[in-house]
Amino acid sequence: MVERGSPGAVGRSGGAGPLRRLLYDARVRGLLWQVALVAAVVWLGWWLAANVAANLERQRIATGFGYLQRPASFGIGESLIPFEPTDSYARVLLVGLLNTVYVSILANLLATGLGLVVGVLRLSPNPLLARLMLWYVEILRNVPLLLQLFFWYSVVLLLPPVRESLQPLPGVFLSNGGLFVPTLHWSKELLACLLAAVAGLVLALPLARRRREAALAAGRPPRSAPSILSLTLLPPLALGLVLRPDLAVDWPVPGTFRISGGAALSPEFTALLVGLSLATSASIAEIVRSGIQAVPKGQWEAAGSLGLHRGQAMRLVVLPQALRIMIPPLTSTYLSTTKNSSLAVAIGYPDLVSVSNTTMNQTGQAIEAIAIFMSIYLALSLATSAFMNWYNARVALVTR
Amino acid sequence: MRTWLPSFLGTTALAAGLALGAGAALAGPTVDAIKARGKIKCGIPTPSAGFAFPDSKGVVRGFDADFCRAVAAAVLGDGEKVDFVPTTSQARFQALQSGEVDLLSRQTTWTFGRDNALGFNFAPTLFYDGQGLMVPKKLGVTSAKQLDGAAVCIQPGTTTELNIADFFRTNNMKFRPVVFESADEWRNAFFSGRCDVLTTDRSDLAATRAVANNPADFVVLPETISKEPLAPVVRHGDDQWFDIVKWTAFGLIAAEEKGITAANVDEMAKSSKDPEVQRMLGASDDLGGQMGLDKAWLVRAIKAVGNYAEMFNRNLGPDTPLGLSRGPNELWTKGGLQYSPPFR
Repeated sequence: MVERGSPGAVGRSGGAGPLRRLLYDARVRGLLWQVALVAAVVWLGWWLAANVAANLERQRIATGFGYLQRPASFGIGESLIPFEPTDSYARVLLVGLLNTVYVSILANLLATGLGLVVGVLRLSPNPLLARLMLWYVEILRNVPLLLQLFFWYSVVLLLPPVRESLQPLPGVFLSNGGLFVPTLHWSKELLACLLAAVAGLVLALPLARRRREAALAAGRPPRSAPSILSLTLLPPLALGLVLRPDLAVDWPVPGTFRISGGAALSPEFTALLVGLSLATSASIAEIVRSGIQAVPKGQWEAAGSLGLHRGQAMRLVVLPQALRIMIPPLTSTYLSTTKNSSLAVAIGYPDLVSVSNTTMNQTGQAIEAIAIFMSIYLALSLATSAFMNWYNARVALVTR
Repeated sequence: MRTWLPSFLGTTALAAGLALGAGAALAGPTVDAIKARGKIKCGIPTPSAGFAFPDSKGVVRGFDADFCRAVAAAVLGDGEKVDFVPTTSQARFQALQSGEVDLLSRQTTWTFGRDNALGFNFAPTLFYDGQGLMVPKKLGVTSAKQLDGAAVCIQPGTTTELNIADFFRTNNMKFRPVVFESADEWRNAFFSGRCDVLTTDRSDLAATRAVANNPADFVVLPETISKEPLAPVVRHGDDQWFDIVKWTAFGLIAAEEKGITAANVDEMAKSSKDPEVQRMLGASDDLGGQMGLDKAWLVRAIKAVGNYAEMFNRNLGPDTPLGLSRGPNELWTKGGLQYSPPFR
């Protein structure tokens, strides 16, 4: 403020010199404050770290990450990769990480499907249906997730014990030891057929899309199902005829204590998956509802005037626009689901936190173990949001 | 609402305690801190019958709780000046490392790793235990060697978790661990049939069996698969406090040997002719003064909880729901392992 004002102001600024003028510059001041703040934070962090190190040393508590190479010596209930108690703590972490990722991805997928249906039905003109969905959303959103998990786990444990397993179908066993179903014997030939099917599907999708666009442009009704089906099914069938994989069935067999063979769904995993999916689906339903309602009413009317009925208008006009609005809040829901999966520890599912807790207690190296799983959760969250941001940018409305 | 929150908070507290230099062991002797506070903070199990269990009035009863009282009586003059801090098997060590508790009296097995890497000192073993396995009677199992393929309910972060893995491995058997941090969930899972086997220290098995709807439905298998010496624990870094805890434990054992009980301790302090009893009870010497306490420290501890036998029988003995016999916890003079160095 050194404008030509009162003579006093001019005199003060004139006597201060450039340094003083710099000090009163708002930008320079802001910068100074920021530097001071960063310095204070860094100093505080350094001071805390130095104190931790000194006190760990004084109490002679073991430190460092060397323990990761030592054998864990304890068992883990379920694992996607082979695990023996002689394996290292590093592998324990990997087992826990995979379990966390596995249950999070499945729960997010299920919750998205379920939430989409519930969210759309919430806006149904049928009052009974809409009200029912309102109850669904409100109950699941307002009961703490931990209680829901305890509830589902106790429901699963109400099933009869393994020796009195229910057999709804021959070879299918349902008990409080889990759900066991027969599977095919895994072989290289079978894997090859499966890969062929996947490759076929990957090829078929863009092809079908192009044909669909061509059909629409030519004014013919699009028919994409046959080409997708044939490309997905024919190569593996042909490969199967050549390779002749051993199609033996792996039947679950009740043993003395547990059932062996087949594929199993453990009670802990089931309870966690059901609890997480349902709770998350309620949040997603609300996101879907708000997304749909955020699409201007004129879009419905425009669709109606083109002769589309309500379902078509929803599917072809409103939902694609609502999707853009839904993506950012969906991202945070996915992130919280992944983090909420750490509640697994309460019902005995060996997720990342559960195995890290055990590790820190067996080794006594709590700070290291917590630091590791915090970084892993951070990495998972950043990866999820990076993916969602990429997707968001892809579907975002391009404005010129 | 997260169940790992306690252990996470414990760790945060640990980090904070270590970072801020507020760990009690560092802020000067633990005893000064306790005296300033007027209470001992004592880590006990989350409810475990016979060891630490609130009675109908909410007063914590049990063997582990009584040892806290004995130390409080010795240091503060009143056995009730204890803040009982229930700790899960997972959170207990961080609670002690961070200074959240002064003393862990919590069925904790004394091992090399805990004594060294975790930065702890173990007072004398107050309960010699071993790991056992309990199964429902209707399984018809008579030996742990028949358990191939069984699902086993385990508490994480315990020595039992490691021993059971070793046991099955050395016997070429497979098992499926089902791990619960909360003792309640762990018991429920076993009683509902989620697991075929419950494993923990034999004393804890007895405590768990005692709270079953029908204890006769469950049998404890004959095998003892490990040594589990359960002892009170303190942090490294305060030798005076360690000595007090250690010698309070020895004092209770020596009191049984000398026939000193809660009822006769005053009488013995006045009229006993046994020179060692006179030294213990402060009639002739000032042993308490060597630890920074007064002469009557052990008199008060014994008056608060009785001698070792009284403490054992009241909480764990044959007349309690646990119905444990002394076994290896007899005095050395009766063929057991409980032995106190001389008070001299």
